Amino acid sequence: MNRFAIQRIGFAVLALAALVVVSPIVLVIATIVVRGISAINWEFLTAIPREGMKAGGIFPAIVGTVILTLGTALVAIPVGVGGAVYLAEYARDTAFTRAIRLLFLQLGTSIVAGSLTLAIMTLPVVISTAEEALRAVPTEFRTVSASVGGTQWQGIWHVVLPQAMPGIITGIILGLLRAAGETAPILFTVAAFYLPRIPRSAFDQTMALPYHLYVISTQVPGMPEQIQYGTALVLLAVTLSMNGVATAIRSVFRRRREW
Amino acid sequence: MTPKIRIEDVSYAYDGAPALQNITLDVPKEAISVWFGPAGGGKTTLLRLINRLNDLVEGTQMSGRILLDGRDIYASGTDVPSLRRRVGMVFALPLPLPGTVQENVLYGPKLAGERDPTRLRQALERSLRQAALWDEVKDRLDSPASRLSGGQQQRLCIARSLALEPEVLLLDEPTSGLDPISTAKVEESLFQLKQEYTVVIVPHSVQQAARVADYAAFFLMGELVEHGIGSNIFTAPRDGRTEDYVTGRFG
Repeated sequence: MNRFAIQRIGFAVLALAALVVVSPIVLVIATIVVRGISAINWEFLTAIPREGMKAGGIFPAIVGTVILTLGTALVAIPVGVGGAVYLAEYARDTAFTRAIRLLFLQLGTSIVAGSLTLAIMTLPVVISTAEEALRAVPTEFRTVSASVGGTQWQGIWHVVLPQAMPGIITGIILGLLRAAGETAPILFTVAAFYLPRIPRSAFDQTMALPYHLYVISTQVPGMPEQIQYGTALVLLAVTLSMNGVATAIRSVFRRRREW
Repeated sequence: MTPKIRIEDVSYAYDGAPALQNITLDVPKEAISVWFGPAGGGKTTLLRLINRLNDLVEGTQMSGRILLDGRDIYASGTDVPSLRRRVGMVFALPLPLPGTVQENVLYGPKLAGERDPTRLRQALERSLRQAALWDEVKDRLDSPASRLSGGQQQRLCIARSLALEPEVLLLDEPTSGLDPISTAKVEESLFQLKQEYTVVIVPHSVQQAARVADYAAFFLMGELVEHGIGSNIFTAPRDGRTEDYVTGRFG
């Protein structure tokens, strides 16, 4: 067997592997779209639920998920990127023990509590990808910055962080998308079973798409299938569009990074 | 004449592996000092000790003193960023920072807190002229520095150091990646610079060392073999090892 034949076999195996990975995703998305698209109309997206959620819309859940994701980002991005800068730039190679104090705040069941919970779940992904991205910036850039009188922080802020930004944003996208789709962590911290209005403050409860989807698929008898698939489709669309926004921001940074 | 820099009995090691042994050497003002010798001689290490860039390296041991204008730069309480503004450095590989030509040159002054547009503008033109680059980039100060050729990037890095008007300029094989024309331009600008600045250069060849040296020092395996007036070192070295290296018998 000549080397070109081996190469062809190799490519075929890789293509097959990719197909195995991608086809279930495509099938799931296609199913949701086909069965849910008929539920989507202006009222479904902008109205509150009625008749025990069997009619009306899912607007409060959409708003809730968007707010929760933004709240998660608000906490996870500064804490996560800050932690990564510390680990990659400041922490020495010595054995280092850290006492992590858990601060229990009296937040009850609220958007703040839910965002904090989701942020803590998101942090590992954000920190580890951001740390990788920072370490991938060549040492020489830090040296150059220092050589013209830059302090370590000035070098990090003006040179290292901008270079690492696309990688850091990738981690944030991955973390936030997961947070947006989580059901279990918001169950006890924020999510309302049925609250047909948009939240009034950060200490209010809110409906959220993943939990709403869970509720209407398992807890409400006689729920029209169309509404279930319609809600799933909206959840998919909301997370993907937030992904789209983040990807657009990243490409702006990539272009600015030219060197 | 008092030297600009006085190196007193400096020894240095990386994780216990000695890189410099008992170096004592003066760097005279407003002249070009050349530190040359085969790779691994400790020239770059000594250069990086003078603006404390090796502070960034972990696990090193140093003894001895380095005086700038009579002041020990390793004394506690030394303002290291200010020291590095007084002692500029140019590296072997040109490494423009991300951003435009102008942003690169003005990076140092801006970090130092300079905001006055007129003075920034003057610093930009002056340092680019000193680095013999102004005529080539004056119409594209706002284009990315990465678009310049390798030779232009290296002169940009020199301009970046000069923008701070340092008193001392350290150059570590600044022309190792350059074509002969760019090399000649860089050397030409060094001759201009030594009128006002103290220049220390680690050359990339003995020929370059001989071309630019007012003073020369020959390093071998972490040891300072001999030093003195450049023309003496290259025409009548006292030490056999210097002679062997200068005449191309090894290295």
